[in-house]
Amino acid sequence: MSAPASADRSAGPAGSDAQRSTEALLRYVLRLGDTSLVLGQRLGEWVGHAPALEEDLGLANLALDLVGQARLLLGYAGELEGRGRDEDALAFLRDSPEFLNLTLAEQPNGDFANTIVRQFLLDAWQVEIYSALVSSTDTRLGAIAAKALKESRYHHRFSSGWLIRLGDGTDESHRRVQDALDSLWRLTDELFAADEVDEQMAAAGIAPRLSELHARWSAHVDQVLREATLQRPANVKYQWHGKRGVHSEHLGHMLAEMQYLQRTYPGAQW
Amino acid sequence: MVTKLQPEAPADEHAVWRLLEDVMDPEIPVLSVVELGIVRYAHWAPDRRLHVGITPTYSGCPATEVIRRSVREALDAGGYHDAVLEEVLSPPWTSDWLTDSGRHKLESFGIAPPDKPVASPHHLLRAPVICCPRCGSKDTERVSEFGSTPCKAHYRCVSCLEPFDYFKCI
Repeated sequence: MSAPASADRSAGPAGSDAQRSTEALLRYVLRLGDTSLVLGQRLGEWVGHAPALEEDLGLANLALDLVGQARLLLGYAGELEGRGRDEDALAFLRDSPEFLNLTLAEQPNGDFANTIVRQFLLDAWQVEIYSALVSSTDTRLGAIAAKALKESRYHHRFSSGWLIRLGDGTDESHRRVQDALDSLWRLTDELFAADEVDEQMAAAGIAPRLSELHARWSAHVDQVLREATLQRPANVKYQWHGKRGVHSEHLGHMLAEMQYLQRTYPGAQW
Repeated sequence: MVTKLQPEAPADEHAVWRLLEDVMDPEIPVLSVVELGIVRYAHWAPDRRLHVGITPTYSGCPATEVIRRSVREALDAGGYHDAVLEEVLSPPWTSDWLTDSGRHKLESFGIAPPDKPVASPHHLLRAPVICCPRCGSKDTERVSEFGSTPCKAHYRCVSCLEPFDYFKCI
């Protein structure tokens, strides 16, 4: 599973198409689930540290929804994989190269402005992805998307509201949020970079074409950035590969903390 | 799995609904899981077993597990030992499914009921008028989109100055 989908072409002729499409679907579902899980874990790191009690609760609530979505998606991935791994095994017992989340999701929290920018960019992405997945030919994925979409829209309202308050706020808040945008923007390239898994999912009607989503996401992001008086940074053509299991140095550290208990006391429950 | 205590009781779905009306939400103890719209169906399927469908309010709501156990216990206590408890995701739960009695109970419990209905995606873009559940004033302000549980937001009444919970409209 840690190998890229392109390495799975050795399957025999009988049933190989079905095998390949299940493998692609598995990878696609893992990408969605891992992105939610990793982002949820990052938000959870704010508990007890946010600038105000209300935002502490807000970020924890976002995290709760995201981890809930990850449970649904990783539970489905475990069934597709068919090796007896449930959502907990997938979350707590995989190593960094097996995680297929977007690189943006694993970036450290930084200051509150940085967290809000990361959240805003990914909320807007999730709203587009889930809106399209509601009509997926895969009904299980469609049902999860319909559930998650309502939550992501709510999250998006929260992160847009804060982006505008910070951007159109004081000189200090404007500077910080613009710095965060300048630093994180290069990672948005990966959100819409289609590879063979995305192509295969789009061809099967399971997932939308990323190029179509990109225009909608971009127009929407521009609109909020204008209201926030922020400058949209220039696009950078550097390709990140978190969704292919190649991560920034930050994910390993995050997983070490997230997985510590299950790694040290396998099967521990409370 | 377990033999039914009563020999083939009539398929009285009303009795099952009445039974479930006594199962309360662990976070908002004045509301039953029926009033919250969590119970989606209760019927006898062709396999001659009672099937009960429940749906989570939010994907990550920690109360979901407690609710599942409470519904199972209530069914057991009612003699429906072989009932099949199913989790339904689609269509997704919406605050529109709160019953009218549920909305009234919420208000008298001090929680402003959700704006209704969740008309369209654009609904989230306009600010609804939320009345203070204590003094009825429309002059209220949002403190935070999130509150003490996933289903609530935090508001404040500008007239009587009391803070209160608002049941999120989703």
